[in-house]
Amino acid sequence: MTAYAALPLWLVLTSLVAAALIFALGEARRRARTVVNLGAAALKLVLVGVILDGVAAGHLFSVRLPLMPGFDLVLRADALTMLLSTLSAVLWLITTVYAIGYLEHSPHRCRFFGFFSLCVAATTGVAVAGNLFTFFVFYELLTLATWPLVVHRGTAAALAAGDVYLRYTLGGGALLLLGVVGLHAVAGPGDFTAGGFVPVDAAPAWLLTLLFLVMFVGMGVKAAVVPMHGWLPRAMVAPAPVSALLHAVAVVKAGAFGIVRLTYDVYGLSLVAALGVGLAVAAVAALTILYGSLRALTATDLKQRLAWSTVSQVSYILLGVGLGNPLASVGGLVHLVHQGLMKITLFFCAGAFAEVAGVKRVDELDGMGRRMPLTMAAFTVAALGMIGLPPLAGFVSKWYLGLGGLAAGQPWVVAVLVASTLLNAAYFLPMLRRAWFNSDGGAVEVREAPLALLAPTLIAAALALGAGLLAAMPWSPLQWVTLIAERVYLLAPPS
Amino acid sequence: MIEPSLTPAWALPALVFVPMLGALVLWLLPRWQPLQRWLPAVLGLVLLPLMWPLGHAVAVDGAVTLALGGHRAPLGIEWYVDGLAVLLLGLNQTVAAAVGGYLWGAWPHAAQRHSPGFGVCWLLLWGALNALAMSADLFNIYVLLEIVSLGGVVLVVGRGAGAFAAAMRYLLFALTGSLIYLLGVALAYADAGTLSLRLLADAGLGAPAVTALTLGLMFKAALWPLHGWLPAAHAAAPTAASAVLSALVVKAAAYLLLRLWSDVFSGSWTPALLQALAVIGMTGVLFGSVQALRQVHLKRVIAYSTVAQLGYVLLLPALAGALAWQGVALHLLSHGLAKAAMFLAAGNVIIAIRDDRLDNLAGLDRVLSGNLFIFAAAGMSLAGMPPAAGFVAKWWLVRAAVDAGQWWWAIAVAASGLLAAGYVIRVLRAALASPDSFAEAPRHRARDLSPAMVAAPALLAAAAVALGLGAAWLGPLALAGSTWSLAP
Repeated sequence: MTAYAALPLWLVLTSLVAAALIFALGEARRRARTVVNLGAAALKLVLVGVILDGVAAGHLFSVRLPLMPGFDLVLRADALTMLLSTLSAVLWLITTVYAIGYLEHSPHRCRFFGFFSLCVAATTGVAVAGNLFTFFVFYELLTLATWPLVVHRGTAAALAAGDVYLRYTLGGGALLLLGVVGLHAVAGPGDFTAGGFVPVDAAPAWLLTLLFLVMFVGMGVKAAVVPMHGWLPRAMVAPAPVSALLHAVAVVKAGAFGIVRLTYDVYGLSLVAALGVGLAVAAVAALTILYGSLRALTATDLKQRLAWSTVSQVSYILLGVGLGNPLASVGGLVHLVHQGLMKITLFFCAGAFAEVAGVKRVDELDGMGRRMPLTMAAFTVAALGMIGLPPLAGFVSKWYLGLGGLAAGQPWVVAVLVASTLLNAAYFLPMLRRAWFNSDGGAVEVREAPLALLAPTLIAAALALGAGLLAAMPWSPLQWVTLIAERVYLLAPPS
Repeated sequence: MIEPSLTPAWALPALVFVPMLGALVLWLLPRWQPLQRWLPAVLGLVLLPLMWPLGHAVAVDGAVTLALGGHRAPLGIEWYVDGLAVLLLGLNQTVAAAVGGYLWGAWPHAAQRHSPGFGVCWLLLWGALNALAMSADLFNIYVLLEIVSLGGVVLVVGRGAGAFAAAMRYLLFALTGSLIYLLGVALAYADAGTLSLRLLADAGLGAPAVTALTLGLMFKAALWPLHGWLPAAHAAAPTAASAVLSALVVKAAAYLLLRLWSDVFSGSWTPALLQALAVIGMTGVLFGSVQALRQVHLKRVIAYSTVAQLGYVLLLPALAGALAWQGVALHLLSHGLAKAAMFLAAGNVIIAIRDDRLDNLAGLDRVLSGNLFIFAAAGMSLAGMPPAAGFVAKWWLVRAAVDAGQWWWAIAVAASGLLAAGYVIRVLRAALASPDSFAEAPRHRARDLSPAMVAAPALLAAAAVALGLGAAWLGPLALAGSTWSLAP
């Protein structure tokens, strides 16, 4: 095992060691903490760059640590891994900057940043997990590491939201455990393999279907699939950087990513198609897309509205995966990155509005375009992207999803996408109109967010903009996802 | 059967007689203060390293049998050390070293200083616990159980009369359990004409003897519905005593149940009765967890958690197999480490805030974040969260249930982890709540905690988490010398 092949392990360790150091430094050592935080995030970004280059060139990265007889902790990097770990590494760095600015004078920063790093370590672990067992280990760790962040403020509302969060996610974790052990009993231990490792005749079809659904529900809790979405809108009491991270990379993406792994690399597309569970996933995803958008329409709290929007948008990924053809897969997977970039921008903006201008509700947005023009511009870019205005990022995702739906012979997908786009417009556009065209009546005083909040927001907005505009360039998310789809479908042509 | 090689030959008696001789020395020299302070800690640190060669010998060569005085059963008494016994001995020595260190660290604070009587009883108890892990004779086990119970009762009253009622209740339950166990011993002797476990395994026992022995041990292990004495006693005892009682004393009885059901008792009950036993165990898990969720005092939460966690032992007879054996063995080990860490950390909390009502924990994070972290890490293992040892144990149990076709136990085990997570989180939640009710005063009191008082539970909690990563060799060790083996 060379150090180069072991890079996935180092990728997890950078955040894990950062977390340990931050806890050890304690509350008072502010400067040292910042150095550790930013240093680790920067180091991680470098490592991600090296692995990206290697994976594109077809190198194998894999580490195997025996954990118990018959079980190995397998950490490896394939193209799919890098989709999530690149996103998390990039967003970790900018969110850290934002969080340092956001929590400038609040207590418990040691605890906050420690668990924040732990959360990123767990997300990276989910991304580099090479088998279901390893995936489960990091998936549960993520649940635990996130809880202190959700209840960070310690208010009654925060604690109640934390309870709801744990009830859902730990319950999902228990289901996942049963599913994973059950699958292990019928199909043996298997590493994630392109095309799946579960043989068709491993067990009766009903048992394989049941196990798939149990694991789907277990992971769907984190991906906030209706009806397991209840925790997400409540978790909005957390500080803005936490919401940003939860919604863009950590928790919801871990769930969606798990479902992608389950479909592509555990069961494999042909078995999923044979069992008919792919369409079930797509149908649940479509329902979630519409339901989330409808609820977003009626939410009056800004962060609440964004949360319902997340419920809706994450299911685009599942829709693409469930349809099970190359075009839809590209659309779904690329949305994993696109949604992350756009949603983190929106949450950064919402946090800045609340901190600087005290604006928390949608009807208080009047005149924000003049009071905080740069932040509002970033918000606008991301919101238009979410709606799917060509040529922004959301459009790219929806275009491929629509094509995929048609190619799969499921024209209703296009109808769902159109309806969702209209609903997105119906809840985002009024906010933009208020901000840019309504006046709040008082004298207009330009007061932008401090640099530590503004810079990450603008960078995230620029990345979201670039992901759409430059989708055809090499190394864009779209190109990377195309590479994944090629590898998945070349190795495992759908039956 | 393997004659003991050099290491076990002197390590096994040392594990029993060194603490007992220490008890004698403490009793003879009650006024020699440095000795009272240092001896428990030093003995702990001396005996702990013995576990390494012993564990290695058993893992490589299989179980070790030692005939005391050279007299083999049925004439003499034998000690028998297999993988499970090594795990329990390892737990005993680890917790003993940690508790010794804690007592040493608490010594400078007059209010926390242990009395000579406490030290004597603890060392006596410790020696008896080690002997209990090795004994292979039903009557020898009876005698040792009596020493352990009486030592435990005295430890509960270690400080003041407040714990007297709880201790008397404990004594009553313990004596009832002993009588029933003794009845079982008599019935067993009538059945088979021997009390040596090795010979009994071949002879087989009738259902009445098996029932009486099982019931007696259930009293001692505080398994539901015979748990009535435990919560009050463990909550009222001094910090170090709570840790020892919950981590080791009830564990010894649970260990004996495991040991007896693996060979001597197997086949004496019908499958329906075994399922009923498992139902009792899992009802205890449910009952203990629900009670833990309802308590308002920290130590009572931890005590009820013990009632809950021991219930898993009764799954073994129903699931009978290598994976279940490994799972329960590792569960006992990880629970012991985690529970001792929790009680020691809770003791520190009580010193700092003079109280252990959950309502008063708000803001604890700011003054005692280390102890809170210990509690959280140990709780993670209890709730079976990866990568802690409790997770591996849970995994094995779930897998064992699936393999045995008893999927209902798989679901029950997976779900019961959620309850454990529930009561652990409830404590952490109380500590993270704001506004914090802390003034400056507790911050000063928190400085009364010496580093050793925090380091002892920290090491235990770290061990509980880290052992999960050592499952690759703990599993085979648990199987060494047992009646089970894993299919390749």
